[in-house]
Amino acid sequence: MKILVTAKRVPDPESTIKVNSSGDGIEEAGIKWVVNPFDEIAIEEALRVKEAQGDAEVVVVSIGPSEAQEQLRTGLAMGADRAILVTGENLDTSAVAKILVKIVEKESPDIVITGKQAIDDDSNEVGQMTAQLLGWPQATFISELKIADDKSSAECTREVDGGMETISVPLPALITADLRLNEPRYASLPGIMKARKKPLEQIEAASLGVDTTPKIVIKSMAPPPAREAGRIVESVDELVTALQSEAKVL
Amino acid sequence: MSNVLVYAEHAHGSVPKAVSVALAAGKKLAGLSGGQTILAVVGSGIDEVAKAAAGLGADKVVTIDNAAAEHALADISVEALKAAAAATDAKTIVFAATSKGKDIAPRLAAALDASIASDITGINDDGTLQRPMWAGNVFATVELSAETKVVSVRTTAFDPAEGGGEAPVEALSVELAAPANAAKFVSLEETKSDRPVLTEAERIVSGGRGLKSAEQFAEILNPLCDALGAALGASRAVVDAGFVPNDLQIGQTGKVVAPTLYFAIGISGAIQHLAGMKDSKVICAINKDEEAPIFSVSDFGLVADLFQAVPELTEKIKAAA
Ligand SMILES: Cc1cc2nc3c(=O)[nH]c(=O)nc-3n(C[C@H](O)[C@H](O)[C@H](O)COP(=O)(O)OP(=O)(O)OC[C@H]3O[C@@H](n4cnc5c(N)ncnc54)[C@H](O)[C@@H]3O)c2cc1C
Ligand SMILES: Nc1ncnc2c1ncn2[C@@H]1O[C@H](COP(=O)(O)O)[C@@H](O)[C@H]1O
Repeated sequence: MKILVTAKRVPDPESTIKVNSSGDGIEEAGIKWVVNPFDEIAIEEALRVKEAQGDAEVVVVSIGPSEAQEQLRTGLAMGADRAILVTGENLDTSAVAKILVKIVEKESPDIVITGKQAIDDDSNEVGQMTAQLLGWPQATFISELKIADDKSSAECTREVDGGMETISVPLPALITADLRLNEPRYASLPGIMKARKKPLEQIEAASLGVDTTPKIVIKSMAPPPAREAGRIVESVDELVTALQSEAKVL
Repeated sequence: MSNVLVYAEHAHGSVPKAVSVALAAGKKLAGLSGGQTILAVVGSGIDEVAKAAAGLGADKVVTIDNAAAEHALADISVEALKAAAAATDAKTIVFAATSKGKDIAPRLAAALDASIASDITGINDDGTLQRPMWAGNVFATVELSAETKVVSVRTTAFDPAEGGGEAPVEALSVELAAPANAAKFVSLEETKSDRPVLTEAERIVSGGRGLKSAEQFAEILNPLCDALGAALGASRAVVDAGFVPNDLQIGQTGKVVAPTLYFAIGISGAIQHLAGMKDSKVICAINKDEEAPIFSVSDFGLVADLFQAVPELTEKIKAAA
């Protein structure tokens, strides 16, 4: 069994994000870059499938700047077997999905696991787009994955608006990881040492023969409208009065 | 001139308010392109839904009634919507940014080689769109360059379209067959609650890790919810801890809400949580830490131990009613 899993390089979720002075991107000074949190969960799940299946290979893929090697090394240190970095700039979700399709066609995995959402663009698109382009079934926002004994399908529980939905997808399939799928492991020191020697292949996006012209163009960026801080009330009584006569919401 | 197709998702025979919000955005887009706004109802046994949809304020309703589309799974829904877009000459397809919308919209965009913008919060007169990024730290103005466009609409960003009248309903005859490798529905475990739906509620009481345990979460917050007729919400921390079901999570990666009154109780106010509730009209926070970031977005903050303050508040609200 082969599992392909994606890892995007994004700012640490704890970092303070501000629009830069030219309004076309974010202030990058001082930002720590990490594996997208949902992708850490995706990697963890791939490793658990591998551990349960015995003979499985986990390939971790990132698309972006050459610095994304760091995030791939993190994936390798967690336990992935090898990594592929597709380098390119100014790639929107549609371009990323098309690139992923090329890699999937080359690797023929049984399962592709992406995160539900990249916490930088907050698009929540790449997994679904990739599944469609491949003609594969999808199970998005999953919190539980069970591979059938005969490995021909997977039962996936999805976090949906009204509760939990379970669907079954024949393999190969694409799934997207939600927060409650698992608790990702930390890379161990031996894991980090080993990761340095694991194969990391680099491919230029331009060499894949896909049209990566952006379909969504960011014209400008601005900070959100500021919300004025109100005031601190001294007691429950004051709070009730304020809600009644000031805010008029009680 | 090109038409706008709005996906009318539905459950239990009715259409959620989120669709009226998507319809409002759809109408605005149709106004810019000079076309009509058409609701698409897809499913199995959908006469009742189609009737409800006809009163929501669209120019027209089209239906695709097919057993294969019963559970609105993404692969088959995309086939149906592709057909509906072709039949109605729609170049823009609009979804509500709900779990169904987010599941299907990107897949449809890929199928149509369309441009897509997810979770939009604004439509400018020049056709550019606004959408939040980085947990709402940034609002981007974006342009969709492909001829066919797919958008999903943040459910708090527009006032719902005004309903009324009765739009004509046209049943499309479309051959729909699930592909051999289609996903199959197994089961749905619905969260049962007598409280208002989170994304439609006028009042929300939301709790965080400060509540300490599932028992205390329920014991402290349920009476306040009852007194206010409010929906119950939660931070990620308590959903992860299993205090409440996942569909109560509010934030960047949960639900986005904007009620008239939002109570944040024992919630620190991480940026990921603020991303889901910052647009509420009146925000009230109760937290024992005066430095908690939640106070920076609160209209009224009470620095107190919630285990004392919330029961007292509940009694006083009951008395005031
Ligand atoms: C990728 C990613 C996505 C995320 N998505 C979301 C999301 O969608 N929604 C979300 O909410 N979070 C999300 N988070 C998590 C977020 O970063 C915070 O960890 C989370 O919101 C914290 O929850 P909390 O405020 O309940 O807990 P804490 O931060 O632990 O805060 C508990 C608060 O309770 C107060 N308190 C404790 N005891 C009392 C008492 N007796 N009386 C009064 N106050 C008390 C404390 O002072 C503290 O402020 C996400 C994180 C990541 C990395
Ligand atoms: N540049 C990228 N490199 C690797 N994976 C990506 C990239 N962009 C998106 N993904 C994957 O797709 C998921 C959804 O991303 P998005 O649609 O951008 O929110 C992410 O969680 C990643 O797993």
